[in-house]
Amino acid sequence: MGNLDLSFVSWEVISKFVVNGFIFSVQLTVIATLGGIFFGTLLALMRLSGRKALEIPATIYVNGMRSIPLVMVILWFFLLVPLIIGRPVGAEASAIITFIAFEAAYFSEIMRAGIQSIPRGQVFAGQALGMTYAQNMRLVVLPQAFRNMLPVLLTQTIILFQDTSLVYAIGAYDLLKGFVTAAKIYGRPEEAYLLAALVYFAVCFGLSTLVRRLQKRIAIIR
Amino acid sequence: MTWDWQVFLNDDGSGRTYLEWMFEAWRWTLAVAGCAWVVAVVTGAVIGTLRTLPNSPWLVRLANAWVELFRNIPILVQLFIWYFVLPKAFPAFQQVPGFLLVVFALGFFTSARIAEQVRAGIQALPRGQRYAGMAMGFTTWQTYRYVLLPMAFRIILPPLTSESMNLLKNSSVAFAVSIAELTMFAMQAQEETSRGIEIYLAVTGLYALSAFAVNRVFAFVEKRLAIPGFIVAGGTGGGH
Repeated sequence: MGNLDLSFVSWEVISKFVVNGFIFSVQLTVIATLGGIFFGTLLALMRLSGRKALEIPATIYVNGMRSIPLVMVILWFFLLVPLIIGRPVGAEASAIITFIAFEAAYFSEIMRAGIQSIPRGQVFAGQALGMTYAQNMRLVVLPQAFRNMLPVLLTQTIILFQDTSLVYAIGAYDLLKGFVTAAKIYGRPEEAYLLAALVYFAVCFGLSTLVRRLQKRIAIIR
Repeated sequence: MTWDWQVFLNDDGSGRTYLEWMFEAWRWTLAVAGCAWVVAVVTGAVIGTLRTLPNSPWLVRLANAWVELFRNIPILVQLFIWYFVLPKAFPAFQQVPGFLLVVFALGFFTSARIAEQVRAGIQALPRGQRYAGMAMGFTTWQTYRYVLLPMAFRIILPPLTSESMNLLKNSSVAFAVSIAELTMFAMQAQEETSRGIEIYLAVTGLYALSAFAVNRVFAFVEKRLAIPGFIVAGGTGGGH
């Protein structure tokens, strides 16, 4: 490994190529997590509603999304979104829509498990207090489900951050693309890929260490 | 919009139809995923077992480091390192075919996740199981081979099923290093024919079919290996 040359790395290179990509990767992760949890919770509620008209479409959506590769979903949306809204969209906008739609399926499975982990007595207690279905969900069930599943939700977010690198397929400018671009310009692809690996590792390892700590704290309180 | 499924019968410019090309690509996907699965399960089982060894703190640390390393870097970046960086840094890797590099990239990436499941599976067993092995005078190897691992593997079959399906789906990243698999076919055929929707639908269908087949095979294995009275709970969602 003696022939690595990191001399091309300077603050200028980093701020010119990498920072923009990193910001987009983080943006995409945050938006897709919030959007994914919101729509995922709706999907979970549909699947647990006991009404076939809601249950079946939600089940088909979740299982369908979960059975195809994310790269294919990214390609699909990049093809379909311009057709549906009637004008071309950038790779970045397309990626954001794709990730919300895709992650909603995965978050819905987590939220479904979370809702099911709440003892039935909690629901009955809400009903006994005269709460409507919406009140019961909003004030009793979902806060507890969300809390129980917090470590799993955060772990999924870390996976999501890693998955953002797949927007490479449509050429969106994310963290990896930043490194790849710098690699092309300075002709040092090996070093750039290793640095990319290092940055992803630092972020994901740091976050997962935090999640583990959180998990311990939550476990004690419960 | 009108359908044009005829596009699959067109010549792709090299004397074969797009349909033939697609099935060839499907075989590549299955070959990459299948070989990587073997690497992932063997490595994952060894690493996961090492992490539970009672008296070898250094082996445990080493195995934990393996898991953290391969779990915290995106598969696409790992693939680039296997494919571009290793052959440059170690000339011996230049002789290794690209297909194998992709197999190891996917296999090791997945092995970290499987190792995590194996560890959880072994630790889910009551302590008494290990003590029972010791009381019988088993060596550590025998305790694992005859007592712990057979039960642990049954416990982790449901999460192992979804991880295997994930592996199949993750094999789609091989497009980035020009392996002629399904996603690569989808991108190229879409560009050449401009019939993206038909091409994508067919490719998506093949992926879904393959994932479903994996699911059924595991369901069958799970049923065959089930031990009466030993109930296994399913895992929670998440992953990919």
